Amino acid sequence: MIPMKISETSVAKIEEICREFDNDKGELINVLHKAQNAFGYLPEEVQKVVAQNLNTSLAQVYGVVSFYSFFTMVPKGRYPINICMGTACYVRGAERVLNEFKGLLKIKVGETTKDDKFSLSSLRCVGACGLAPVVLVGEKVYGRVTLDNVQEILDEYKETVPV
Amino acid sequence: MDTKYRMHLLVCGGTGCIASKSSQLIQLLKEELEANGLEKEVQVISTGCFGFCEKGPIVKVLPDNTFYTQLKPEDAKEIVAEHVIKGRYIERLLYVNPETQEIIRDAKNMGFYRKQMRIALRNCGFINPENIDEYIARNGYSAIAKCLTEMTPSEVIDEVKKSGMRGRGGGGFPTGLKWEITSKSISDQKYVVCNADEGDPGAFMDRSVLEGDPHSVIEAMAICGYCIGANKGIVYIRAEYPLAIKRLKIALQQAKEYGLLGENIFGTDFEFTIDIKYGAGAFVCGEETALIHSMEGLRGEPTIKPPFPSVSGYLTQPTNVNNVETFASIPVIILKGSEWFASIGTEYSKGTKVFALAGKINNVGLIEVPMGTTLREVIFEIGGGIKDGKKFKAVQTGGPSGGCLTEKHLDLPIDFDSLTAAGSMMGSGGMIVMDEDDCMVAMAKFYLEFTVEESCGKCAPCRIGNKRLHEMLTKLCEANGVEEDLDLLRNLSVVVKDTSLCGLGQTSPNPILSTMENFYEEYHAHVFDHKCPSGQCQSFRRYYIDAEHCIGCMVCARNCPTNAITGVKKQVHIINQLICIKCGVCMEKCKFDSIYLN
Repeated sequence: MIPMKISETSVAKIEEICREFDNDKGELINVLHKAQNAFGYLPEEVQKVVAQNLNTSLAQVYGVVSFYSFFTMVPKGRYPINICMGTACYVRGAERVLNEFKGLLKIKVGETTKDDKFSLSSLRCVGACGLAPVVLVGEKVYGRVTLDNVQEILDEYKETVPV
Repeated sequence: MDTKYRMHLLVCGGTGCIASKSSQLIQLLKEELEANGLEKEVQVISTGCFGFCEKGPIVKVLPDNTFYTQLKPEDAKEIVAEHVIKGRYIERLLYVNPETQEIIRDAKNMGFYRKQMRIALRNCGFINPENIDEYIARNGYSAIAKCLTEMTPSEVIDEVKKSGMRGRGGGGFPTGLKWEITSKSISDQKYVVCNADEGDPGAFMDRSVLEGDPHSVIEAMAICGYCIGANKGIVYIRAEYPLAIKRLKIALQQAKEYGLLGENIFGTDFEFTIDIKYGAGAFVCGEETALIHSMEGLRGEPTIKPPFPSVSGYLTQPTNVNNVETFASIPVIILKGSEWFASIGTEYSKGTKVFALAGKINNVGLIEVPMGTTLREVIFEIGGGIKDGKKFKAVQTGGPSGGCLTEKHLDLPIDFDSLTAAGSMMGSGGMIVMDEDDCMVAMAKFYLEFTVEESCGKCAPCRIGNKRLHEMLTKLCEANGVEEDLDLLRNLSVVVKDTSLCGLGQTSPNPILSTMENFYEEYHAHVFDHKCPSGQCQSFRRYYIDAEHCIGCMVCARNCPTNAITGVKKQVHIINQLICIKCGVCMEKCKFDSIYLN
């Protein structure tokens, strides 16, 4: 048995998710979606428990986690920022918007700010091309984003009480 | 539509319009109607996408067909007070033809809709997708009823074959033939899979169909199951489409409650159920073998065909994979007949095709036109021409697998074969329009960046070849290109195309090959003239200070992030080109317009 760094309640949670899918390894992607929803990300420890419960290897689980861009092994910020870099957004200036976010937050794509507040990633097309360029903060969609909007968007997430 | 109401307000509830606050608008319209005691006379319906995303949120009033555009939640009061109560049109909210400045009230008369013919999108923007009764009222589920009670599976397959329907996901494989092959595979268990992993950036027709008319897909999947002898269906959908997933789940639940899914459908012994599997953000999973591996919980890597999925697919059983738009068209073919469908379109491409117009075009949105419509009609009549009066340069069709078509292709009738012959492809129907400001070399680089990121890494030509191609394009865009790069770029593109395992690698060099074919002068300019004709590639920019106008105020020097500007107060400053990073801050900050670009 591999020593676990995560709490017993977390292990129980993962077991519950796996049971929901009958511990079927064919449901690995659905299990990982649920686990990521529950934990925010998929660290090695979580992957180990998933592998054990689905009766598959850690290599198999890790292979899937690292293959799909939706899964992450590092925690995202409380407000994950996603910039659409689909073609429609690209030709309407998404790259400049992305650079503006990078500059203001002083992080690169795939990173999280030191206070864990924002993380920055790019994604491919949310299908709202009429609003290009599009930025998502969590599930909220911002359309026709200009360089001036970037600071305004960040300001919306000013926290009065530290979380 | 419920006839007990005298008027209906159809409000777009697609992803795009919701982002522009259409849900608040719906809420306020309902409150306003209630406040005036009209909630029993006028019904507010949240529909799927109208297609005219550029002007969203949209409200269409029935029965008079008035089309209000770009609404804000606060317009609700006026719509109820003026239009609903007094029957007066609100002119300021109507669509204005950008060319003639003419106000158009009726959607039928708008250039955007006039040339369209909606088959796959027939219900999008008309019905409430969360209410199965509205789908049924528009002949929903009568196609499956007809198949189960009046036709044998092979008669249905014949009908689909005769219609000439070809797969709308990109490959254009004849749908009826695919069904026939799967039906002939012998097995106890077969599967119907709906490919809703719409990964092509800039295409959003599958999302719109699932958000606006999910039952049409469910019905068609059941018809397919009946034909091929499958009792299980699976929709493989991108996790990036939460609203489409939600509406699909509601629709599946309702279909089950109505006995349209499950056992003994329409009193026959036909049984069919549908499950959902989620994608996790991998473009290659649009390829059917990769998609099947992903459904099995594995990495989405493609395998060599044959065996085709119709022989050995999901869990090694015969599997029929079709795209959302293909399925959405099937019920209509059954009801109206193959002859009717085959009368639309061109010789080898029948029916209509949905295109997602995006980029530098006035009317961004989702359109459906008969095959054979020309690019000019699509871009200039339906799309309303190029944004800000700029000049049309190219249109990219088929996404990262397609190519750039130019002015000389504008009168090309669009169908599967004509696009391929012109060096592009139909793909899933994305159309990105570019204007004179877009650099074609940078565009090719953008697409290769996408392919490099999305290549699954299984085969070497795609994994390594695309990376090298991307490096060469980066070199060109960063002003370091040499003559040999151009030959190498072309040769390697051909090698990657010829030797890659699956459709992703076999088409990924298309953006390079087609731009080299149609815009060679731009590649030439990047290497030999050391300039980017459109001005997009920053590395070619040179900022200079105009000695006549510079008063030596030092503002530019102070703001330069790399201290590339030197000079003393009240004397002309100089930019050191070796340190300059071409950010343009100096030009922005100079109050005397004394900094210029080469």
